[in-house]
Amino acid sequence: MTGVSAAAIETHELCKSYGDVKALCDVDLRVEAGTILGLLGPNGAGKTTAVRILTTLLKPDSGWARVAGFDVVREAARLRAQIGLAGQYAAVDENLTGLENLQMVGRLYHLPRRIARQRARELIADFGLEDAADRPASGYSGGMRRRLDLAAALVARPPVLFLDEPTTGLDLRSRIGLWEAIEALVTGGTTVLLTTQYLDEADRLADRIAVIDHGTLIAEGTPASLKARVGGERLEIKLENGSVEAALAAVAPISDGQPFAEDGLVRVPLRDRHGAIADAVRRLDGARVGIDDIALRTPTLDDVFLSLTGRAAENQEEGE
Amino acid sequence: MSALSYAFGDTVVIAKRSVKRIRRQPDLLVGFTIQPVMFVLLFVYVFGGAIATPGLEYVDFLIPGIIVQSMVFGGFVTALGLADDLKKGLIDRFRSLPMWQPAVISGRITADIGTNIVQLVVMFTVGILAGFRFSTSVPEVVAGIALLLLFGYAFSWVFAFIGLTASSPEASNAYGFTILFPITFISSAFVPVDSMPGWLQPFAEHNPFTTMVNAARALFVGTPAGNDVWLSIVWSIAITAVFSALSVWRYRRAVMR
Repeated sequence: MTGVSAAAIETHELCKSYGDVKALCDVDLRVEAGTILGLLGPNGAGKTTAVRILTTLLKPDSGWARVAGFDVVREAARLRAQIGLAGQYAAVDENLTGLENLQMVGRLYHLPRRIARQRARELIADFGLEDAADRPASGYSGGMRRRLDLAAALVARPPVLFLDEPTTGLDLRSRIGLWEAIEALVTGGTTVLLTTQYLDEADRLADRIAVIDHGTLIAEGTPASLKARVGGERLEIKLENGSVEAALAAVAPISDGQPFAEDGLVRVPLRDRHGAIADAVRRLDGARVGIDDIALRTPTLDDVFLSLTGRAAENQEEGE
Repeated sequence: MSALSYAFGDTVVIAKRSVKRIRRQPDLLVGFTIQPVMFVLLFVYVFGGAIATPGLEYVDFLIPGIIVQSMVFGGFVTALGLADDLKKGLIDRFRSLPMWQPAVISGRITADIGTNIVQLVVMFTVGILAGFRFSTSVPEVVAGIALLLLFGYAFSWVFAFIGLTASSPEASNAYGFTILFPITFISSAFVPVDSMPGWLQPFAEHNPFTTMVNAARALFVGTPAGNDVWLSIVWSIAITAVFSALSVWRYRRAVMR
C-alpha cells in the first residue's frame, strides 16, 4: 500500500450537489485495509455518488477523499491503477467475448499482452465461465454478465475494490455465488466498498456498515452494534381477548424496559430470552388475558433501517 | 513506458475493439457498403438525367461529391458506439481504468479510418462501373484520397461529440441526420450551386462541405481548384481542433445515464 494513510479508503466532509439537490453532505468514512464496508441506503440516497467520487468519475464539491493513499482529485491517474470497479449495470462489451473483454481490460491496465491473456483465462476459470469464454457477452445471462463484470474489476488484482449494488436484480442463487466470490477476495486481503440496498447482503458480507440517507451518513458501525442500537431481543404478543393494560402490567416484571403496545401487538423488551415465552404465557394466563400468538424476535438490519430512517428499506422483495 | 506510448497503445486496444464489433454485427457493414452503392446508383441513373452539369458528365460530377458525403457520415458508427457505451455503463468502467482516457474516442476514430477506406474502394469501384473516370495525374488522385480521409477524420470528431452529448443512441442518430443531412445536400455535392434559388446560394457557397467537394472534384476530375484544396485542409484542421476539444471535455464529464 502506498501513501501516508493507513486506511484503504478515507473520506472527510465529502460533499457533492447537483443543482439544489445535495447528493452527499459531510460524509466521513474510513475503511481499514482488508475489510468490507457495506454502504447501505435506499435508492437515491447517495451511494452511487459516493462510489463515483471514490473511483474518480466525479469530483467532490468540497471535502477530500483518499483511496489506497491517493487523493481522488489530485492523484486520480495513479489512484486508478489501484482500484477495480464493478456494478449493477455489468459494464461489459456485448460485442466482445468474455475472454476478449477481460483481455481488453488487462491491456488497458497496461499489463503485457501475454500476462493479460493468461490473467483473462485464470479469471474465466475462477468465475466458472469456461463454456462461454469464446461467445459474445450479448448472449450471457444476467448472472454471467455480473460475474464477467466482477472478473473485469479484478484483472489487475487491485488492492481496493468498489462494488456498486453488485447483486441488484439477480436471483438468489446468483447472489450467493457472487457473495462467495467476494468473501474469497477479502480473505486474500482485498479491501471492498460495497453499496447495497439489501440488508441481508450487508449483514452477511460487511465488517462494518455505513447507513446513508438523503446524502447524509446517519449511522456507522459493525452489524452487531447497529442491531444493538435498536435494542435487544423482544417478545411480540398478539392478544386474543382481555385488556391491553392488564397485559402490559402482567409482563412488566420480565421486561428489560417498559413493555408497550404498538400496531396491535404487545412488545416486551427482554433481559433474558431463556424461559421468556413460558414465563409470559403463565403471567398473561394469570391476568386472564388470552393469547392469539406469541413470538421471540431478534432485531434485524431491517429494524435498524426502519428506526434510523423512519421507513423500510426499498425493494426488499426483489431477488428473494 | 512513456505517456506517449500509452496513448498509442490504448488507442490501438480500443480500435481493435471497434473492428471486432463490425465482424460480430455484420449488419453494420451494410451501412458501409450497400448503402453508398445504392446512393451512387440512384443518383447516376434516377436523378442524373434531370441534373445539368455543364462541362462534365454527371457521373464525373457526382462521384467526388457523393464520396465526400460518405466520408463525412463514416464517423456515424462512432456516435452510435459512444452513445451506446454511455448507456451501458462502459464509459464508467473506462474512466475508472488507468488508461490514456482520450483513447476511448481516438480508438474508435482510428477504426473509422479503416471503414472509410473500405467505403472508398467500394464507391470508386461502383463509380467506375457506372462510367466515372479520373482525369488527373496519379499524385493528384493520391492527394485527393488523402484529403478525403482527412475530411472523414475531422467529421468523426463531430460525431464523437454528438454521441457523447445525445441522450441515447437513437437521439444521436436523429441529431446526426438532422444536422448533417441539410449541410451535405445544400452544397455542390449533387447539383451545381448556381441551379439553386438565389437566397440559398450564399449558404451553399460558404458551406465548408462545398469547399471540400470542390477540392475533391479538382483533384479527381480536374475542375478549377482555386483555393479550395487549401481551404478544405484548413477546415478539416479547424473542425478537428474544435470538436476533439469538445469531445474530450464531454467525455471527462460523462457519467452513465
